[in-house]
Amino acid sequence: MIELEGLSKRYGEKVAVSSLTFTVRPGIVTGFLGPNGAGKSTTMRMMLGLDRPTAGDVRIDGRHYADLKDPLKYIGALLDAKAVHGGRSAYNHLLCLAQSNGIPNSRVHEVLDTVGLSAVAKKKAKGFSLGMGQRLGIAGALLGDPRILMFDEPVNGLDPEGIHWIRNLMKSLAAQGRTVFVSSHLMSEMALTAEHLVVIGQGRLLADTSMAEFIRQNSRAYVRIRTPQRERLLDVLHGAGITVVETGSGALEVDAGKPERIGELAAQHQIVLHELSPQQASLEEAFMQLTAESVEYHAHSDTALPHQWGDGWERG
Amino acid sequence: MAATQVVRSEWTKIRSVASTVWTLSLAVVVTVALGMLISALSRSQFDRMPVRERLSFDPTFVSFAGMTLGQLAMIVFGVLVVSNEYSTGMIRTSLAAVPQRGTFLFSKIAVATGLALVIGMVTSFAAFFLGQSVLGSLRTEIGEPGVLRAVIGGGLYMTLIAMFSMGVATMLRSPMLSLGILMPFFFLISNILANVDATKRIGRFLPDQAGSRIMQVVPRVDDDTPYGPWGGLGIMVLWVIASLVGGYLALRNRDA
Repeated sequence: MIELEGLSKRYGEKVAVSSLTFTVRPGIVTGFLGPNGAGKSTTMRMMLGLDRPTAGDVRIDGRHYADLKDPLKYIGALLDAKAVHGGRSAYNHLLCLAQSNGIPNSRVHEVLDTVGLSAVAKKKAKGFSLGMGQRLGIAGALLGDPRILMFDEPVNGLDPEGIHWIRNLMKSLAAQGRTVFVSSHLMSEMALTAEHLVVIGQGRLLADTSMAEFIRQNSRAYVRIRTPQRERLLDVLHGAGITVVETGSGALEVDAGKPERIGELAAQHQIVLHELSPQQASLEEAFMQLTAESVEYHAHSDTALPHQWGDGWERG
Repeated sequence: MAATQVVRSEWTKIRSVASTVWTLSLAVVVTVALGMLISALSRSQFDRMPVRERLSFDPTFVSFAGMTLGQLAMIVFGVLVVSNEYSTGMIRTSLAAVPQRGTFLFSKIAVATGLALVIGMVTSFAAFFLGQSVLGSLRTEIGEPGVLRAVIGGGLYMTLIAMFSMGVATMLRSPMLSLGILMPFFFLISNILANVDATKRIGRFLPDQAGSRIMQVVPRVDDDTPYGPWGGLGIMVLWVIASLVGGYLALRNRDA
């Protein structure tokens, strides 16, 4: 479990992270979502004790990172796939990490095998593709068989096969009861892997909720209508007390409207419809809307939820 | 975090990159070869030297003449050992594995220093014996007073130069910046400062000027250096300590 409490980071005048408080629970994949520059990587670096918080605290299983003995056995992280000396072989890169934490050499071969790099273990890392570099970084994270795993944008630069592999890996790690914390700027990616979601924008917490809840709350359902008799239909719908939004593309949108009712109204007034379709706003749109309105959502984000989870995780 | 684990890890790091091999072999080859060349030249030119120089001819020191250039390779070694971590981004991986920054830095420095000491001693003894072999009748023996001290001192000098560079590189992080300051400083500026009358009094307390005193056996005729061989080395050690403490403080307080 990772607990953040009022975590803040300022660089001079610029606020990178502003009093983040949330808990990452074991047994599930927690997605850490935010647009580029939202402060995700800064937050993750503070979690690993690399950057010093201006205020607040991070605890890993109740302890500060610097107080962990052999930290790779508690928490494995992939921060930056390029954070490797290019002149060193994959095997030696992992070996020096293993030795520093008293991890047996045999484990190096195991993780190389897990990520599929055994064949290039003796090759220098600078010859690796981005995908191979990402796999090497993940091998490093898995090295100490840690209970907590943290991945910063792990699918960046991967081919479809690699993306598929990472998704399954994260799910299986969570299924083994581990804490998996993964950042992304892509909502669609999170929707496929994460069960829980922490959203930040401009360093502030915007949402801390289960994925299902997020989808329920944020995906707007509406009905899209196209008609050559636009003005007449508008009159009819207004007359029926239905609010219509006119979109730039010439279509009309009705929030929370029932297509049956609109269709019947159109038929009664003999209006021709070219399209009458129920729509669901994509999660990507919901995410963009959320981060665009960061201040407004911030006011809601401190509500009851954190305590609920605090009770919940111990069961898992 | 057991320090022995970190030392073992740092040894794996240092032996698994090419820059270690080429910087250290360059240090040996350049120091020995240039020392032999200058020894050979001295022998052939000896009769044409002014009397003053003939009187204070120091065959031991002459065989170490290659160190002015060879030390630059030691500087590159010291700088790269540390700044490789920064230029590659490896530092974040390293500090996530070893969050105790003091343990991390001093294990790295201990390993690199151990290696530099071995190479420094090999270089120094090789430069001495091979240098003497071409000096002919001007040669001295390892058993002569002060000679063994000078030869061991030569190895220590090269080690300390590498250590000083490690501290500076830890403070500056960038390899280019570190080399851009250290190389011209030790190759040119320090020599100028120590030999121009106006700056001589201060210049001779610079790390390399003070440290290289230990390699001299025969003092210059008008020698007025205010410290002896070991005193000079002591001054250099103080510089090294200052540089390492500075590096440690910078690393401890900085975001990685």
